[in-house]
Amino acid sequence: MSELKFPFTPLPRTGGTVTSDPVPPLADSDRKPLTKKEISADHPTWCPGCGDFSVLALYFKLIERRKMWHEKVTTVAGIGCSSRFPYFVQAHGAHFIHGRALPFASGVSLSRPDLHVFVFGGDGDAFSIGGNHFSHTARKNIKMTYVVMDNFVYGLTKKQTSPTSPIGFKSKTDIWGSLDRPINPLKQAIAAGATFVARTTHTNPNHVLEMMEAAMDHDGFSYIECLSECVEFYPGAFDASNPRKGGKFDLVPKEHDVTDEYAAYRLADTAWPGCFGIFYRNPRPTKNANEAKIIEEHRSKVSGLADWEILQKSFARMK
Amino acid sequence: MSAVAEGPSSADGQSRLTKINEAVIRIAGNSQDGIQAIGGFLARLAGRSEQEVMTFMTIPSTISGGPSIFQVRIGSGDVLSAGDEADMLLAFYQHSYEGHINSVKLGGIVLYDSDHVTPKPEWLERYRHVGVAISSKTVEAIGGTGRDKGKNIFSLGLLARIYDLDVEKITKLLGERFGGKDATILQNAVTCFNAGHSHQLQDLLKTYQFRHAEVRGGQQVVMNGNEALAFGLIAAGVRFGAGYPITPWSDIMELLRRELPKYGGTFVQCEDEIASISMAIGASWGGRVAVTGSSGPGISLKTEALGWASMAEMPLIIVDVQRGGPSTGMPTNVEQSDLNIACFGGHGDSPRVVLAPSGVEDCFYTAIEAVNIARKYSTPVLILTDQGIASRIEAFIEPDLRKVCQDITPDLSPVPDHKPYDLTAPDGVTRHLAPGTRIASGKYPVVTGLEHDELGHPTGSPKLHVAMTAKRRNKLRKLASDLPVPAVYGPSEGQILLVGWGSTYGPMREAVDTFRSLGDAVSCINLKYVNPLPGGLDEIFKGFRHVFVVELNDEGVYGYGQLGAVLRARHCDPKIRGITKVDGLTWKVKEIVDRVRAAVGGAPVKA
Repeated sequence: MSELKFPFTPLPRTGGTVTSDPVPPLADSDRKPLTKKEISADHPTWCPGCGDFSVLALYFKLIERRKMWHEKVTTVAGIGCSSRFPYFVQAHGAHFIHGRALPFASGVSLSRPDLHVFVFGGDGDAFSIGGNHFSHTARKNIKMTYVVMDNFVYGLTKKQTSPTSPIGFKSKTDIWGSLDRPINPLKQAIAAGATFVARTTHTNPNHVLEMMEAAMDHDGFSYIECLSECVEFYPGAFDASNPRKGGKFDLVPKEHDVTDEYAAYRLADTAWPGCFGIFYRNPRPTKNANEAKIIEEHRSKVSGLADWEILQKSFARMK
Repeated sequence: MSAVAEGPSSADGQSRLTKINEAVIRIAGNSQDGIQAIGGFLARLAGRSEQEVMTFMTIPSTISGGPSIFQVRIGSGDVLSAGDEADMLLAFYQHSYEGHINSVKLGGIVLYDSDHVTPKPEWLERYRHVGVAISSKTVEAIGGTGRDKGKNIFSLGLLARIYDLDVEKITKLLGERFGGKDATILQNAVTCFNAGHSHQLQDLLKTYQFRHAEVRGGQQVVMNGNEALAFGLIAAGVRFGAGYPITPWSDIMELLRRELPKYGGTFVQCEDEIASISMAIGASWGGRVAVTGSSGPGISLKTEALGWASMAEMPLIIVDVQRGGPSTGMPTNVEQSDLNIACFGGHGDSPRVVLAPSGVEDCFYTAIEAVNIARKYSTPVLILTDQGIASRIEAFIEPDLRKVCQDITPDLSPVPDHKPYDLTAPDGVTRHLAPGTRIASGKYPVVTGLEHDELGHPTGSPKLHVAMTAKRRNKLRKLASDLPVPAVYGPSEGQILLVGWGSTYGPMREAVDTFRSLGDAVSCINLKYVNPLPGGLDEIFKGFRHVFVVELNDEGVYGYGQLGAVLRARHCDPKIRGITKVDGLTWKVKEIVDRVRAAVGGAPVKA
């Protein structure tokens, strides 16, 4: 019985790396900021004029500006137009199933604290099929940055109603106009317990980058609601927030207290097109930190013991 | 009690001592009576006395209350099942007495609580009745306001007297179980036990003593299947898991949550089944094989993500502790009806590996093999256990932990280049490269559920879909060729071959022994590697006239159980037939024997 048919064996790596010479480690001093050329991969498959292009460009800029190490950048997404993101980034990436990017990213974040975890997705992924995960990832305050490129419509499947479509929006599934009250993502995030909630729009690149940097620096679950226009199925959706289209881009009032949950909630209720900036930022211990603390406590009790010896102690109580 | 031999009268002259090889004791009461505790003590005692032990229990699916039983079979030889018939029934209530009297063999002992049970005259002749006022004697012993709480320990004392159990060892076990902050708890337990043990059993003519067991090479550990599986995962190096509570899987997640931090690991309780498999996949992508698991309905919910793991070729462990289905079904009963979903569940062609441990000890080692297969072949691996194995307690030789515990920390040293889905890889086997690994070429992989090229970028190319589908399939063919051919229990030629998997193994093997003892030419094989199946089965089947696949699921529209249908599809052999049942209970040896006889129409099965 105790003979394992599949015992532990050191496994050689595969994928074109087998016969090559070992690669020397890279000294920190040899690290240079990644250029756009180095960090960009496939040409995006988005329609010309899509708001997502600007989010991608600013992500590249963020990686460059913050001098992130190439191998430490991870990009995770679910399903949707915007969720194609990882293919366009030349870095370790995962294109997961619809709506489940957040739990996937949680697994990465909790098991690999050395990595930068960025999640990109759309409003369907975040608030419809993945709505449950949005609440719980926020509640658990798992360290990662989540950018939702919200276009108020299902684009990849060609114009069905989204959970953020305004009432009256005519789609293929609501030909008489949408009937259901849309979700307010900011209120949802604040109520769920997100510790960083910001709002931006693809038409203001500097602001997008500013929010991304602030989100990245936040120790916890940081959520950015980024208006990103679907030029194909909901053109002009965000004109009211674009000064070049006659709209107005209002920043979050200077006097707003970002640690005041109720004030943030009220601000999130500002009439369309609302305002932009950080609505809520109130750090509390992350799940990453809480779990690390539990591990530390338990490890201190078994310090100096090999794993098999710890297991042996458990077995000793089962004799 | 098999092989009963009369021994000399005991010293007190009241009762005679009989040497026995084994005993089956069924304890019946309500779920809050602590009858699992008695069973647990007996099992642990057997383990320490180098005896074999196997238990069987039923629990109601309600939170508190409801009838519950615990059956213990202790023996000095091989114990492969919990026993068909009980030598002794310990009944706390009238309903326990009436409901379980049929499980006692004729002439067996019924030990009942005379405070609650009135024996039926018609049964008095068929079974030896021993009445003890267990409830009131317990109250008398401990006094105070404890009412009859502790009657389970009092009963343990009675059993210790009847079976001449090692009082010193039991007292030590009581100390380990109840010794804590409040000294009176242990004191009460010992008082109860002593009261039971010193109680004079006027009505009992005989007492029993187990023959000494052969010394087995090493110390035994005693645990249930869920515990063995969880500890096996820890030994295998798994340090991250995610799950959602569901019976009977929850025990595993509770244990991992409690234990993993000692090893630097974490287990996360998620918002739902889908999140838990997704989180485990995320952690696996992080570089170290992670685990998720569930039972019944939860496995259905996980199948989309399971398909992703197959497509993206991500190592992952999924535990399925099967219970009665479909839907909410029979949550606390046993069934082996998830074989189809485990092997084939999901949309598209999504090859994955399925292993089925056959007992508690096998759970421990299967967990390690599953992790190593997942790593080696970069594939999701399902461990298909069932409620029967999950909740039963067995004693087995402590594994050589220094040897089996393994370190599977990912290698993050830089590589020159990497294609996650390299089509030139021998047998289609590629390995996952964890993020955080620098790739000198600057070309980084994406893992994905879209059909993809060698670097993981999406493609609509029919050629690539054909090639990648073949890659995912071929690596499982390679695994199949690496699998050991199952060993035939019994001669390799005969009339009937029984084929079983999972918890069917023990009773099936005992059925073979029963047949053989009558001169019938019956053998069996156990299929642990369910998907892919090992090679060599055709050769084995050739040696027999009939092949019966014994399993706990429905015979289905076409008349075969789930594994039976797979074997028929694969081997196109009309002599493969099914013997199935869905009564929510594990196989009894006699059931298998009778069903086999019926299936051959009473024809002779001699060699």
